[in-house]
Order: sequence, then structure tokens, then C-alpha cells
Amino acid sequence: MANLKLYTKDLWRYRYLLQNLITRDFKLKYRRSVLGVAWSVLNPLLMCVVMYAIFTSIFANMKGGNIENFAVFLLIGQLLFNFFRESTTMAMESVLKNAPLLRKVYIPKYIFPLEKVCFGLVNCLFSFVALLVVMLFTRTPLYGTFLLCLYPLVTLFIFCLGIGLFLSATYVFFRDVMHMWEVFCTALSYGSAIFYDAEQMTGIVYYIIHLNPLYWYITAFRSCALWGEGLTPVMIAVCGGCALFSLAVGLFMFKRTQDRFVLYM
Amino acid sequence: MGIIEVNNVSMRFNLSKEKHESFKEYFLALAKGRLQFDEFYALRDVSLTVEPGDFYGLIGLNGSGKSTLLKVISGVYKPSAGSVKVNGTIAPLIELGAGFDMDLTARENIYLNGTVLGFTPKYIDSKFDEIVEFSELEDFLDVPLKNYSSGMVARIAFAIATITKPDILIADEILSVGDFLFQKKCEERMQKLMSGGTTVILVSHSIEQIERMCNKVAWLEHGHLKMNGDTKTVCDAYKLTEK
Repeated sequence: MANLKLYTKDLWRYRYLLQNLITRDFKLKYRRSVLGVAWSVLNPLLMCVVMYAIFTSIFANMKGGNIENFAVFLLIGQLLFNFFRESTTMAMESVLKNAPLLRKVYIPKYIFPLEKVCFGLVNCLFSFVALLVVMLFTRTPLYGTFLLCLYPLVTLFIFCLGIGLFLSATYVFFRDVMHMWEVFCTALSYGSAIFYDAEQMTGIVYYIIHLNPLYWYITAFRSCALWGEGLTPVMIAVCGGCALFSLAVGLFMFKRTQDRFVLYM
Repeated sequence: MGIIEVNNVSMRFNLSKEKHESFKEYFLALAKGRLQFDEFYALRDVSLTVEPGDFYGLIGLNGSGKSTLLKVISGVYKPSAGSVKVNGTIAPLIELGAGFDMDLTARENIYLNGTVLGFTPKYIDSKFDEIVEFSELEDFLDVPLKNYSSGMVARIAFAIATITKPDILIADEILSVGDFLFQKKCEERMQKLMSGGTTVILVSHSIEQIERMCNKVAWLEHGHLKMNGDTKTVCDAYKLTEK
């Protein structure tokens, strides 16, 4: 417990560093591009158009029956999954990328994975503008439950943070992790019900999809933002439980190995 | 009680003959029973007490463990054995430019590096002019750092690290960068900090500089503390072996 207090005190002391690092990443991402920040909205929007075009023409019968308001359905899945993929991948590399700094100055090391997941969240929030645009365009009604989608978003953030911490610690010792994670993410993207309706799956596929935490985050988000049904107790439990479990494992792993990072960088 | 207490610190590195950076290599080595490391002690049983207000010099040949000791004190390394106690804030000047992003401009870097050292943006705001003035780089503030010369980077880094009044300033051969005018300026700044009560630990290969500035000196050799005491005694002994 005393440890936890020390951690939060450390985090408080370095909050401006966190803020500055996020600003830096954001600036560097759009430096020298003509449209600049507009890309964080345009990118998901165009991606969505591409996916929409593909799944309503070439793979029309693959999307599993007729999903109502497919554009919004698809975009929600994509945005959340991209947040997961982006933030965990960046977090994984963050500790090693900042090796020159960590070898010279004392900074709490978890700042770096934390910063990347925060940066991922900022990007994700920007791309919600694209979501709103598509919702307006398709005349999707705005339900009062929309605000409830904060819950899957926040829990997903914690979930990503836990995984990011775990990966960043492992990556210092084994560079293979990056390649494995890339493949794993691609596999996962097909199992997260991004462009199909999981309820129409049968047999073992149905169960596999329901074992995937990302499916639950995405579905909980859709339920609030798209269907106006709010959260079921199962959703609340699964989203929250996965987040806490992931954070616990990530912190444990990170804390156990962090003193040895410097020797392997 | 000293402001820094280093008690029987040893620092061990595993110099694995081949670094196992992938699972395959690791498990292959594990299966063959070859997962041994060459142990290397960068520091062995070093004890040192620095009193408040000391200007401590560290001398020794390359690879004698000076930088490792500084990193142990500043918290970058956790000692393999022994303990380090530091009572105060540390401003580390270990290899200047750590925490700079070469793609950002000098102005942005001042804020980034300042927060790396734990300052608040407000505080940096209030000291911004002072930093710029000291580093004499007014005309280049909005130029990305990658276009700077190493001397210019060092100026900015030194200016940022010394705007505050730290309890302890740790300096690793920083004064060897920059032209002689700037070196003089840095020395003056350090003397000024000293008179304000800051404790300084300085690593330098220039024995003249150590003799001029320090009141105590520790001499490291192959990770052992060979000699420790007032400047004259240690420096004289050191110079004898050098010849």
C-alpha cells in the first residue's frame, strides 16, 4: 500500500512530463503535413469509407445478414480496435525507444507506456469526430445512453494500459514480442466482431468470439452509442473485470522487471 | 549526516557473451545449458559520504566506474548490493542532451527537458528568459535541435539543468564541451550554486580543473575506491601513478 502511495506521488510530480510527451507526439505526428490535425478525423473517415465499400460490395454476404446502420456499426468497431492496436503497439516499444533517456536520468519508467496509451486515447477521441459525422450523415438517432459509452472507453483504456505495461517490459528482454504481437493483433481483429454480427455465429466460433475481451468493449460501446440499450450487468462485469485483471498483471510484471531494464537496453 | 551516503555499493553487469534477444536464441542457449553470463563488476564495495556543501571530484581512468557511480547515485541504476541514500533533490548533468528530442525546436525542448527534470511549466515560464540568455541562443530558438552543433545543445542543457537551485548537482565531464568562454561561464555558475549551498559531484579528466574546483576527491580504480580524501593528497598520489 505504501508502494502505491509512492507511485501516485511520483506520477503527480511527473504529470507535466506526461503532458509534454503527449504534446510532443501529437506535434510530431502532424508536423509538415498540410492538413495537420484534420488527418485524425479524415483518416478514420476514409478508412471507414473503404471498409464500407468493400463489405457492401465484394464481401456483401460475409457481413452476416443485414446489420442495421452498418456504417456506424463498422466505424465503432474500427475506432476501438485501432485504439487498442495502436496504443499497445506504441506502448510496447516505448521503454526501449527511450533507452537513451532512461540510461541517464531517473524518471519513473512506467511514464512511457502510460504516455503512449494516453496518446492513443487522445487520437481515439479526435476520431470520434468522424464517428459523429457519420452518425449525422446516416441520421442515426442520438440516444441518452450515448454518455454511457464512457464506461467501455475508460475500461478499455485501463485494459490497454495493463497490456502495454506487460508488453513493454517483455519487449526489453525479447524483441520477438513485437512480431508476435503484430500477428496476434491481426488475428484478433477478425475475432472482434468489427464487421460482422457475432450473434449470428454458431458453434465454436461463437464461443471464441465471446472469450475475446475486445468483443465486449466494442459491443458495450455499440449498445450505448448505436442501439441506445445501455449496459447490461454482464457487460459491466466483463469490461471492468478484464481491465482490472490486465492492469494487475501488467503492473506486477513491470514492477518485477523494471530494475533490470537498464542492463538490457 | 551526509547528504549522500553510499554504503558498500556493488554494481554487477551481466555481460552475456551473446545477447539473447529473441526467444529462439534464448531457449536454444537454455537447452544447451549455455545460459551463463560473464559477470562484470563496475563497482565493488564502494562507500562514500558526501557532506552538504562539498565539491566532490571523481577521478580515475576510463572504465574505472566513475559514471556508473554517478548513475547509481542519481537513481538510474539500482545497485546489485549495498545501498544509496540521498537527502535532497538532484540535478543530473550526465551526458547533456538526454531528454532532448532532436525533431523539436529549442523552445519546445526547453519545456520538455525541464519537465524531465521535474519542473513545472509555470516555473520554466518564469525562468525562460534566463535560460535563453545564459545559453546565448536567442536567434535559434525556433530551429529544430537537429540543426544545432553539439556545443549549442550542451549550452541549452546546462542552462536548463542549473536554473533551479538543486541540493545536489551531478556533472559528468560536461565542462569539456563548449568553447573556453562558455566553460568559464559554466564554472562560474557552478561556483555560484555552491555558495548557495549546493553540493556538487564532478567527474573530470582534467586534473587541473579538479584541483581548482574541488575540496574533496575520490579516486576509483577498476571499480574499487582506491583513495578518498582532500584534494591535494589524492591528486598528488594520482599524478604520481600517471607518470
